[in-house]
Amino acid sequence: MKIGILALQGAVREHRNLLRCLGVETVDVLNPHDLHGISGLILPGGESTTVGKLLVRYGLLEPIAEAGRAGLPIFGTCTGLILLSKYINGSAQPRLGLMDAHVERNAFGRQLASFEADMPIPALGDAPFHTVFIRAPYIEKAGGDVTTLLSLEDKILFAQQGNLLAAAFHPELTSDTRVHEYFLRIIATAQTSQ
Amino acid sequence: MPEVKKETGTFAVKKGLAEMLKGGVIMDVVTPEQAKIAEDAGAVAVMALERVPSDIRAQGGVARMSDPEMIIGIQQAVSIPVMAKARIGHIVEARVLEALEIDFIDESEVLTPADDVYHILKSEFKVPFVCGARNLGEALRRVGEGAAMIRTKGEAGTGDVVEAVRHIRQVSKDIQRVVSASPMELMTIAKEMGAPYELALQVKELGRLPVVNFAAGGIATPADAALMMVLGCDGVFVGSGIFKSDNPAKRAKAIVEAVAHYQDFKLVAEVSKGLGEAMRGQSVAQMEDKDKIADRGW
Repeated sequence: MKIGILALQGAVREHRNLLRCLGVETVDVLNPHDLHGISGLILPGGESTTVGKLLVRYGLLEPIAEAGRAGLPIFGTCTGLILLSKYINGSAQPRLGLMDAHVERNAFGRQLASFEADMPIPALGDAPFHTVFIRAPYIEKAGGDVTTLLSLEDKILFAQQGNLLAAAFHPELTSDTRVHEYFLRIIATAQTSQ
Repeated sequence: MPEVKKETGTFAVKKGLAEMLKGGVIMDVVTPEQAKIAEDAGAVAVMALERVPSDIRAQGGVARMSDPEMIIGIQQAVSIPVMAKARIGHIVEARVLEALEIDFIDESEVLTPADDVYHILKSEFKVPFVCGARNLGEALRRVGEGAAMIRTKGEAGTGDVVEAVRHIRQVSKDIQRVVSASPMELMTIAKEMGAPYELALQVKELGRLPVVNFAAGGIATPADAALMMVLGCDGVFVGSGIFKSDNPAKRAKAIVEAVAHYQDFKLVAEVSKGLGEAMRGQSVAQMEDKDKIADRGW
């Protein structure tokens, strides 16, 4: 099994390292042909306006959206969450538009408001997860098919819709592999149901 | 849900923002209009300053932190992170930038140093800092003071990439030396480099700098930018290179693409076509030592 990591810009290395810890082979996705033969795709954190523009310029936006609609499991962190969502408040920036979610960018404020905190995420087990939020977005509201895995003060910070997984925080900046393992289980389920 | 304790301004969130900028281009801008052009071209952040380095060079005088009004104008114009420069050692310029909620402060040798002995103790701030370095010892001294990101200094405002290359090659060579040293040799090497021992130990364990390292100083073309990536930098700062060229919007976009696809030389060739004239620049080899900016800071 091979998991693609969108490698146009951002925290690519950290996702690669965590997946290697889990014994998973990864491939950097820079062009549409890199999508062949992958079992899942990670959209890492970065600058969403930059990544969105590069996705369009290199003809990746439509092939990834198409693969997502056909059931390819996709996991987005921060910028990845923004790209996955159908609606971005106040912005016409390019997106995959796969997840039925309204997202607010830089929702907590500028860098000074970036924070880390231990949060309980029952789907990942009893121990709290150490979450790191960097100029993070959140999901303001989501459709009925979206399962909330973590929310704080009515803001959705971690969510799943079928084979799509989106986190406003950065599990790749910690050494806790539970979110990535959760994504691997989504992939395993997707493969057995095919 | 039990009460969640949010911690802000930690080293992890400072360093985290730098991690998110990797593989990107940070562009010097002096007006909100330029900031918009940079954002539209795909910059991951902009550096707000009063004069680009080549103008500072040409006009001389004391170079200081920018007018807060201009910084606020730029913050309102774009949604990407906004950085700004403070003079080396100027604690209050840095506090003013923090009060403006700037996303990153560059304690920069491009401005005229305010303190000729001490750099700012950056760990006391909630806002992250980036600092220049010419070698591993200098980089680790800045990290020791709390910098969350390093950029090799290069020679700002020249359009000559030779110093940026020299500095990243030196950092890489120093890292190799630390990595291949035996545990017994490490303290002596740290002493020779003037590097905090604990951080040298971290470099040895990681095989790289403990923070993100961008290139800066003299990058003028898409090929220059891709070169710095090939040499192992995590991203690039482009100062005078964009807005002192014939066609800033097109060149900015080309540099962004060359950095994202730095190993795809056909693509670098493609985006380098028809950009018009690059900044004219000046050769560092023909400059006098007193005109070199990189020697500021220690």
